[in-house]
Amino acid sequence: MIRVMLPFHLRTLAGVEGEITLDVPAPVTQGSVLDALEAHHPALCGTIRDHESGKRRPFLRFFACEQDLSHQPPEAPLPEAVAAGREPLLIVGAIAGG
Amino acid sequence: MSSVRVLVGTKKGAFILAADGARKKWSVSGPFFAGWEVYHVKGSPVDPSRIYASQTSGWFGQIVQRSDDGGQTWHTPGSRPEELESTDGMPKGESNKFVYDTSAKTGEPLTTHQWYDGTQHPWEFKRVWHFEPSLSDPDTVYAGVEDAALFRTTDGGRTWHEIAGLRGADGAKWQPGAGGMCLHTILLDPTDPKRIFIAISAAGAFRTDDGGRSWKPINRGLKSDYIPDPDAEIGHCVHRIAMHPSRPNVLFMQKHWDIMRSDDAGENWREISGNLPSDFGFPIEVHAHEPDTIYVVPITSDSLHYPPEGKLRVYRNRTGGEDPNAWEGLTKGLPQENCYVNVLRDAMAVDSLEPGGVYFGTTGGQVYASPDGGDTWAPIVRDLPSVLSVEVQTLR
Repeated sequence: MIRVMLPFHLRTLAGVEGEITLDVPAPVTQGSVLDALEAHHPALCGTIRDHESGKRRPFLRFFACEQDLSHQPPEAPLPEAVAAGREPLLIVGAIAGG
Repeated sequence: MSSVRVLVGTKKGAFILAADGARKKWSVSGPFFAGWEVYHVKGSPVDPSRIYASQTSGWFGQIVQRSDDGGQTWHTPGSRPEELESTDGMPKGESNKFVYDTSAKTGEPLTTHQWYDGTQHPWEFKRVWHFEPSLSDPDTVYAGVEDAALFRTTDGGRTWHEIAGLRGADGAKWQPGAGGMCLHTILLDPTDPKRIFIAISAAGAFRTDDGGRSWKPINRGLKSDYIPDPDAEIGHCVHRIAMHPSRPNVLFMQKHWDIMRSDDAGENWREISGNLPSDFGFPIEVHAHEPDTIYVVPITSDSLHYPPEGKLRVYRNRTGGEDPNAWEGLTKGLPQENCYVNVLRDAMAVDSLEPGGVYFGTTGGQVYASPDGGDTWAPIVRDLPSVLSVEVQTLR
């Protein structure tokens, strides 16, 4: 199972607490995880990536295994530890302002 | 027993303030959608239990929320648990999908508008400023958005489609006001379902007489010194327009500067600012039972967004501006010193109880109510987040 950690406001919107676990068939990519996430939580559609372009919203970042995956293409495989469920994919609101 | 429900959108969530017909003792519920900007909350006039809310965030974009029980519970249309189990399969989650129509059939071949520096700039959806539920169907709602355009749902908010003919009304000349290029006012003519008035900062007021297929600018008589041609057909920063449902050809306008009146559905406007201490401001409203009683909140200037002299005053004119010097300052219960809040364009509303009530919210987080048409005021709440919008439902 793939583990996904959402920022506070998206957890509230999706009505979940803590991590979300998703069954995602291989190959596990950023795109396939987001597809599964949006299918199970349609209220999240458009909040992480643009409806039309599919691009990541500019004030969100994707981290995993202490790496910044925000600029990886959506079809790139996620780290093996994420695919194996040992590490979560972190969806993080970018810090803007102080 | 009649009652009222005041729907308040703020910078950090929505609130519902409720009272019986006396409007003296209030209950406050919320925040709903805590931490999010809620630009507007409005109920259906057909089914008061049906309420729509525009929830937005710079991080996560637009969310459309709907309540079917008067604001007790909310959901994004198309994503309730029972809908997840639909035989149609998984829902698409398109309740927040606002895509400009560029199709050859209905969309205008228009991809840019004027930017602050006068160059052309692509249309980019940012948020919903205003929901206007239909007068006849709770599932049909109009949405005014930034960058300025008009959308409509006919399925209770599950999907939205642009009424693209509006951008054909010289959209390339529209430009953003200081608050962005927003379509903030939608007035539905109760006597003619094909007639709609809208207003945009900074483009002006527009009207359709054919249900949205074609639109015309209705700005003759407006003068704006901040555009190259002060009498231009397009480019005026209209802050708000208002209408009494019994007299839909008479419109009132709070422009950036100037209070205006039209007696011919916007074809011609004349100034009625008269003896106001300032004719800059944002909201304008009409009393529910008196079509010639109008309200504004004067603000010092476009550079000083607070009341003149630090005194928060609502001004009332009971002649509909026919006597432009008949504005009277209403101060009883409002702070008359050291008050430096603003009242935004969608933050004033009236109820239809007897006597008619008037409400407004401030950027300082106060929501004031007057149960007697403006003669006396009292705060319902004092310390909400900055108020973006106020609507009232009169429940019978």
